[in-house]
Amino acid sequence: MTMILDPTSERNVVERERLARPSSLDGLTVGLLDISKPRGDIFLNRIEERLTGVGAKVKRYSKPTFTKPAPVDLRHQIATECQVVIEALAD
Amino acid sequence: MAGSGTTDAMKRHRHPRRADGMVLTRFPDDVNTRHTRRRPNKGTFVKFVTPCSPRRERNGPGAGCTVAHQELYGRSVTEAPTAPLLPDGIVVVVKRECETCQMVVPVLRELAAGVELHVYTQDDPGFPDDPTAIPDSDLAVSWFHDIETVPTVIRATGGAEVERTVGWSREAWESITGVSGLGDGLPPMRPGCGSMSVDPDLVDELRVRFGRSTLSSRRIEVASAEDEFEMMFARGWTDGLPVVPPTEARVMAMLEGTNRAPSDIVATIPPDLDDISVEKVAVSAVMAGCKPEYLPWVLTAVEAACNDDFNMHGLLATTMPVGPVLVCSGPGTRSIGMNSGGNALGQGNRANLTIGRALQLVVRNFGGGRPGEVDRAAHGNPGKLSFCFAEADDTSPYGRLAEEHGIEPGTDAITVFAGEGPQGFVDQLSREPESLAASLAMRLQAVQHPKLVMMFDAIVVMGPEHARVFADAGWDRERIVAEVSSHLSRPGTELVRGAHGIAEGVPEAFADAEALPKFRPGGLMLTYAGGGAGLFSQIIAGWVNGDTGSKPVTRAVQY
Repeated sequence: MTMILDPTSERNVVERERLARPSSLDGLTVGLLDISKPRGDIFLNRIEERLTGVGAKVKRYSKPTFTKPAPVDLRHQIATECQVVIEALAD
Repeated sequence: MAGSGTTDAMKRHRHPRRADGMVLTRFPDDVNTRHTRRRPNKGTFVKFVTPCSPRRERNGPGAGCTVAHQELYGRSVTEAPTAPLLPDGIVVVVKRECETCQMVVPVLRELAAGVELHVYTQDDPGFPDDPTAIPDSDLAVSWFHDIETVPTVIRATGGAEVERTVGWSREAWESITGVSGLGDGLPPMRPGCGSMSVDPDLVDELRVRFGRSTLSSRRIEVASAEDEFEMMFARGWTDGLPVVPPTEARVMAMLEGTNRAPSDIVATIPPDLDDISVEKVAVSAVMAGCKPEYLPWVLTAVEAACNDDFNMHGLLATTMPVGPVLVCSGPGTRSIGMNSGGNALGQGNRANLTIGRALQLVVRNFGGGRPGEVDRAAHGNPGKLSFCFAEADDTSPYGRLAEEHGIEPGTDAITVFAGEGPQGFVDQLSREPESLAASLAMRLQAVQHPKLVMMFDAIVVMGPEHARVFADAGWDRERIVAEVSSHLSRPGTELVRGAHGIAEGVPEAFADAEALPKFRPGGLMLTYAGGGAGLFSQIIAGWVNGDTGSKPVTRAVQY
């Protein structure tokens, strides 16, 4: 019998359920997160046009750099100010 | 003592030192140079006794897993053996195999007539037959009382050691036993032999047998019908190649390579961002195939790579084919046998390959950074298995990269760089430095894209035949970088998006710039490695640099 040591962090991940998908954007604020990749703004500008065209409220955010995770404060701000978020991932 | 030409640094790397300064025992027959210290002016070999060795700290009485931990992981816990008390009087530990032990048998008989004598024997229970020996068959006495040499003579009172000597020395034996005139006819001194309790073939097993392990990793039992190598593949713990099973004995042996405690926190590992301990790094080092003496390099590599400056998370998440490239330098690279010469960037050298691999296994298994998950590389590169090499800083005509980053001469160091696989630079005709500098610059324009500038750093691994062209002309590191860079500036009109009919390029805002350098200040780095024949160098192209992406990080190796 061989006994070996676990190389992982042995973490127990708590799974959190996603919020239910809203049936309508009426009265909701949609966050648009630009990760600061080239041309992400072009995509998000168009999305903003479409969303405001159907009466949704839109707020724009951007990460300081696309190479690092969004800062905790930014994530918290988005979570408290928006009910829906769209992230533009790549160029 | 150690032979001439052996530096302290070399000894340190070959034989890891304990926190108290003693060299760990790996060579039982070399007792005089490694197990003992010469008492000043007296010429006798006296063990350097320390009140608390790391081994005792890790495994000795009072140490051990907490009950909570044992319950948490359902670990099968058996009471570890306790240290046997020394009987009062004179204790001598011997083995038949040792000629010095055989030589002192008449002395033992002399002592038995005059003092309370207890002779423990390691190998043959019948040796000596007079006085009668007490078998130390399981080596418990030898292990717990740190017997590293036989014969060892200890004077004990109240179950505790008062003093000891090792080997045969009439003067020291008489001093400890209080008996004079010992060993008439024997030479005044003779070195002893290695204790069986420090035999390299036995020590790992003994460590597990007697140690109250403080290792906290979860134990995973491999079923008897299960192949442990296949089991580790099935759990997703490998990089695609087989890994060495990290048994407790192997991990504890690995930990002998550092003075750091197993529970010390080394870094926070992305992407899962859990704190990794020295022990968990050692587990990955075992799996990668490292030797214990490589562990300080692995620990340093983990520290250098897992911080905000280097941004290992970004390296994983990017679609570019980059990974951590480890540039090692200092006398320690030679002590652990790293390759800085022919095929330095290639296969075949255990230290080069396994140190780099261990870092990647840490990120994969502890950090959770796996291809197809957070690792989003479009292509990757073979160096993501391991990309680690040594600079030939002992023969370099222009020093080494680490000193450019503030490391003192003679200090072992690692620079970690976010880089791609090496790309060749061929110039077999330039014999003048001006020609070679211009030629290298032309090749460097292609780093990532000839029309993209200042976004990406690069390391040049200059081969000896190229470096000689510069060295013969008296060009130092600064001169080489300056001359090459002088050929690397181009006007914005050539680089701007759309120029030459190519959409890729710098933004319009730079169109009017008179001269845009290819590299940001410090972004072109020189190293020196490779075989003695071949007018070639290698270029390691970098990832997005600076605050936006990754900065090269250099750290001194901590032992």
